[in-house]
Amino acid sequence: MKALDQLREAMRPDRQWSFMFSQLDLGLDLSHGQILYLEDISVSFDGFKAINNLNFYVDVGELRCVIGPNGAGKTTMMDIITGKTRPDTGTAFFGQRIDLLQLNEAEIAQAGIGRKFQKPTVFEHHSVFENLELAMAGDKRALPTLFAKLSGAQRERIDEVLDTIGLVADRDRPAGALSHGQKQWLEIGMLLMQDPHLLLVDEPAAGMTHQEMERTAELLRSLAGRHSVVVVEHDMDFVRSIARRVTVLHQGSVLAEGSMDEVQNDPRVIEVYLGQ
Amino acid sequence: MNPIRLLRGDTGGQVMLGLLAVAMVLVPVLNLAVPEGSPLHLSTFTVTLLGKYLTYALLAVAVDLVWGYMGILSLGHGAFFALGGYAMGMYLMRQIGDRGVYGDPVLPDFMVFLNWKELPWFWHGMDMFWFAALMVVLVPGLLAFVFGALAFRSRVTGVYLSIMTQALTYALMLAFFRNEMGFGGNNGLTDFKDILGFDLQADGTRVMLFLASGLALAAGYLACRWIIASRLGRVMVAIRDAEARVRFIGYRVERVKLAIFTFSAMIAGIAGALYVPQVGIINPGELSPLNSIELVIWVAIGGRATLYGAVIGALVVNYAKSVFTGILPEAWLFVLGGLFVLVTLFLPRGIAGIASMLRRRPAAEGATP
Repeated sequence: MKALDQLREAMRPDRQWSFMFSQLDLGLDLSHGQILYLEDISVSFDGFKAINNLNFYVDVGELRCVIGPNGAGKTTMMDIITGKTRPDTGTAFFGQRIDLLQLNEAEIAQAGIGRKFQKPTVFEHHSVFENLELAMAGDKRALPTLFAKLSGAQRERIDEVLDTIGLVADRDRPAGALSHGQKQWLEIGMLLMQDPHLLLVDEPAAGMTHQEMERTAELLRSLAGRHSVVVVEHDMDFVRSIARRVTVLHQGSVLAEGSMDEVQNDPRVIEVYLGQ
Repeated sequence: MNPIRLLRGDTGGQVMLGLLAVAMVLVPVLNLAVPEGSPLHLSTFTVTLLGKYLTYALLAVAVDLVWGYMGILSLGHGAFFALGGYAMGMYLMRQIGDRGVYGDPVLPDFMVFLNWKELPWFWHGMDMFWFAALMVVLVPGLLAFVFGALAFRSRVTGVYLSIMTQALTYALMLAFFRNEMGFGGNNGLTDFKDILGFDLQADGTRVMLFLASGLALAAGYLACRWIIASRLGRVMVAIRDAEARVRFIGYRVERVKLAIFTFSAMIAGIAGALYVPQVGIINPGELSPLNSIELVIWVAIGGRATLYGAVIGALVVNYAKSVFTGILPEAWLFVLGGLFVLVTLFLPRGIAGIASMLRRRPAAEGATP
């Protein structure tokens, strides 16, 4: 009888076999309130431990700043999240289910993680509008891209982002002709076009004038809530102006985490970084 | 794909295709309708020469698509061209039938000479034009696909990729030189008699081949233009300018490269197939790395990333080659090298860049107070 029950269970018409699900299920599951889990991550380059037993979590909708001295592993951490570098050990999950270590860069981008590089990289020969068009979320396989046409709603979405990043007047200029600060904003705009759940922003304020920095801070603050944002930054004033929670990295692992004031008063942090 | 809409804003392309259309009307008239004694008569030799240039132009367009727009400097397009040519050559060989020197109804002369008793498997079906025509695009396409899949997946880029494509061409050349390969070895395939039942030596056939080359160039140009004007075209340029960025916004860079590289190889194959009946021979010399390098120079001289610049470059350089090798054969390579250096120094955007330079200069002068 027991065997019969098992058979009946197995033959149930609504039965779903686990092998029928793709291993790369891209449905993002945020049921536990956290969007990014990095656990026990280590990576070394030629014996140098760039990341050492790193544990790092990001909440949904949070704006997090990551600071740390040069060589603390900030950029390497971003490389691991976006699939550019594979860690030696550890696990990296996006939401509850997406294993980042199984995906390549393009798949991770499709899953909803956007990244801004330290040096602004936009497509210099394309207009601002075209830059945003290329970044837009959608089917990015070769053949559908060949036949892609912009719908009215997509045009509106691009105009909306142009407005958000303050480049409406520069819509048809080649991106190569923009100023440094404008390129940074355009790149953030390209991230927004991807509709990412998580934005990784590497040194957005580098090389910016004071006014540009204020605008950038405002932009990043407006993004938090709708997106989770992780900002790597050196400029302390800038960090103070945007951060609610700050993570300090040192020698590849987390040294301290908390509000800006807590972190600044932590004796270990003072010793390695802020006190200098 | 409406050709008029595609060419909007592409002044160079409009002019180029317009001139091509005029040539495709004038050349047959001047050759067939004007009597031979008249000063306006165009000799069949010239018609064939022009037809050959047009196939070179089509090949240059294929190279510009991958190099100018996607940044892949392929030194292997000569190989795709030659493979298309060999496929056509095999068809033409089979058409000879028992009119060869040895009179064998099936085997081409060189196989009889080598004492082969039956046709190698890859020669079967090549007596049918439709099958040979299919091979003209499939063989170069398949080679490009396999090579590209391996190279792009391993993220080989830049100079390393160029060297690998060159090695591919070189390896193919060495293989085709061997008699055992079954492609006529050193001598290649030649002594063609007719194509689709028409005598290859007849003026009418030559004119038809010229027209076919012109049509293929126009179609190839429009197809490439269409790709460039699509969002995929913008992705290609983005890959050329900032490959990593393209990856991080979610495109599979390898697949885009692979698709375009394969398409470009197929165009090169078609160009080769039209070239062979006009010059009457295909041999492993076409696979020499030097040819592939020369072809990159045509594109550089004409102007990269314009498509019509590639056409200009192919025509200008090959016309100069015909003239110079007639007057002073030893000097040609020096002239070609000098031309390349001069263009790189003074016309970084090639001959096609002259027009936009002239257009910009008055505007710039007007802007300064």
